[in-house]
Amino acid sequence: MSQDTTHSDKSFPTHPHAEPVTENAWSKLNAFTDARVGLGRSGVSVPTKHLLAFQLAHAQAIDAVHTQLDTDALSKAMIEQDWAKDWTKHCAPLLLHSRATDRATYLQRPDYGRRLDDESANKLDEHRVSTSQDYDLAIVVVDGLSSLAVEQNTLPFLQALSSHINGWNLAPVCFVKQGRVAIGDDVCERLNAKCVLVLIGERPGLSSPDSLGLYLTWGGKVGLTDAYRNCISNVRPAGLVYQEAARKAFYLLKEARTLKLSGVKLKDRSDDDLIVDTSKESKNFLIS
Amino acid sequence: MSKPNSTFQFKNTVGERTFGFVDLADLMAKATPARSGDRLAGVAAQSAEERAIAQMTLADVPLCLFLEQALVPYEEDEITRLILDDHDKSAFSLISHLTVGGFRDWLLSDLASSEVLIQIRPGVTPEMAAAVSKIMRNQDLILVAKKCHVKTAFRNTIGLPGHLSTRLQPNHPTDDLTGIAASMLDGLLYANGDAVIGINPATDNVQQATRLIKMMDEVIQHYEIPTQSCVLTHVTNTIECIEQGAPVDLVFQSIGGTQATNDSFGFNLATLAEAQAAALSLNRGTVGNNVMYFETGQGSALSANANHGLDQQTCEARAYAVARKFNPLLVNTVVGFIGPEYLYDGKEITRAGLEDHFCGKLLGLPMGCDVCYTNHAEADQNDMDNLLTLLGVAGCTFVMGIPGSDDIMLNYQTTSFHDALYARRVLGLKPAPEFDLWLAKMEIFKNNEQFTLNHQLPDAFHKSLHKMIGGKS
Repeated sequence: MSQDTTHSDKSFPTHPHAEPVTENAWSKLNAFTDARVGLGRSGVSVPTKHLLAFQLAHAQAIDAVHTQLDTDALSKAMIEQDWAKDWTKHCAPLLLHSRATDRATYLQRPDYGRRLDDESANKLDEHRVSTSQDYDLAIVVVDGLSSLAVEQNTLPFLQALSSHINGWNLAPVCFVKQGRVAIGDDVCERLNAKCVLVLIGERPGLSSPDSLGLYLTWGGKVGLTDAYRNCISNVRPAGLVYQEAARKAFYLLKEARTLKLSGVKLKDRSDDDLIVDTSKESKNFLIS
Repeated sequence: MSKPNSTFQFKNTVGERTFGFVDLADLMAKATPARSGDRLAGVAAQSAEERAIAQMTLADVPLCLFLEQALVPYEEDEITRLILDDHDKSAFSLISHLTVGGFRDWLLSDLASSEVLIQIRPGVTPEMAAAVSKIMRNQDLILVAKKCHVKTAFRNTIGLPGHLSTRLQPNHPTDDLTGIAASMLDGLLYANGDAVIGINPATDNVQQATRLIKMMDEVIQHYEIPTQSCVLTHVTNTIECIEQGAPVDLVFQSIGGTQATNDSFGFNLATLAEAQAAALSLNRGTVGNNVMYFETGQGSALSANANHGLDQQTCEARAYAVARKFNPLLVNTVVGFIGPEYLYDGKEITRAGLEDHFCGKLLGLPMGCDVCYTNHAEADQNDMDNLLTLLGVAGCTFVMGIPGSDDIMLNYQTTSFHDALYARRVLGLKPAPEFDLWLAKMEIFKNNEQFTLNHQLPDAFHKSLHKMIGGKS
């Protein structure tokens, strides 16, 4: 915010040694957001160092899409958690797979990613026959487009959620490979659960390859459209933190159970009664 | 609307082989330039030769046939009813004698002046536009679109020839107001935001939408920016926001080209009419009253299992019938967002962007394009540079502007604030005139003709920035 006027305002810099990159006075705003603000400019174009940083981030995101989710390791880690004992003592997590045999097929055939393969379907049907319980909720963990998101965020989020859903009769937790959101419907229907909460790796962004999405569907069954779902996005330490995400998810679960529906008719009013601590609220500094 | 008593409605013999096409929908699908979404739907041509023959066959179809044979049944689909019931026979009379192939020649010819293209608009159906686009090369799509002038207005005038507007898209993964304000400041100081300042909320509810609408309204008022704001939340949320007194400029909705698609999005035409009336009742526009902002994109119908056996580009064009019913300020085809299962790579994304822009413009829409890709598609920044340049040449109404091309909320890459300035410089495209004056007044542009930015921080922003980040930076 220099007030000096040594830099001529009349024309382009013409001195052969003039600095080709114009820095932005507001570049320090990048302390308040991950957005690529205040990059400066070469003429009107992105300066070289920022161009190359972008290319690297893109390369890393492409790599993240193609990394496999290790459902065995995740299942074992969950069984070892104290808070998860109630969820896993009757039945270990079920490891399932969609009809998409590999990542290349997954990327081109979303219809395969929405349905369980025969072996997985049989596994659930057998479980259903052997237990014939009425479940309040099925939790379905799906790799989606970022296995990194699922690996990093699943257990901490479920731990935060576990304190809310004491007393709910939970179906065995399911881990699904090469799955899309709607595969939760297939699981929900086969387990005869009243509703399903899908945890899924969202498409990786350049600044957030680890973002987890939550999708709630009341009475999930094959063929439902997205209008029947409620979504909570960007669950990760640098995004919507676990406690907040769990609070919102539980609000929607509770409302869905009361109203016996989900989707566009179920509005998220979880913040309506919140007493906001204004000292911590982010500010619109532009009008200050 | 009965079909001829034969397995194939259309047959074409080339050399030894006869190619058959079951009906008009089948012919349209097989004539479509190759893309993954049509392969996924199982409607694409089986070979390059079959595609070329389908294009030749489609070229001989009279435009009148699209009025006689609905691709989605009239009885089942309110968009088909909208298309056929609103069709203007007298506007159509100028082109009613043409085949699809003849229509291409006519559009490219000097007979089709900008004025005549405006006259025929209500006589052109989305299916006619889609059909002719399928036999047009990229340069044809660019040349004709450039002749189609569509002007809209709210607090500024959008779509004038020689102009390109930008949506400033300050999304933030937690809707943090400081983060949003930082991106807004960055965008405004890079001369972006004349189409709309539009936020995709991370948390999609009425309370959050209201908070963001108020925040943007305060900034627009404080700096007296001749632009409009929009929170891209569900239309039913925006209606609630208006009922609760929020300062809503534009109503947003994602729309598709079949009734079943829009059912899956949770709205119908009556919902949009209600929302438009509510927004108009606020009377917030100063130079015009186009109050709707729609987004579309090839593949949404199939994604909702609602494509009725149609190819994705024809479904997309049908969405434009929904859009034009409500006189939108802006329509945005979010071309590369949906992913590689619908548009596989940079080549398919480029083709789709040009098709959507052409069809929208021909039908009279203020067509913009989110020139974009996701990290699971076979595309990169170079593909975006190409499409942005082509659309700039074609007279595209607006593109997105975002810090450094990186949407940290929606997790995809779109055009940056810098990209818009690049397009202005190489193609001489100006922002909306009211906004251009504001940029000069605020000393954001040092030279509006050469699109030269000020080296100094404009005075009006000193105080806010100083409070936020302290002294000299």
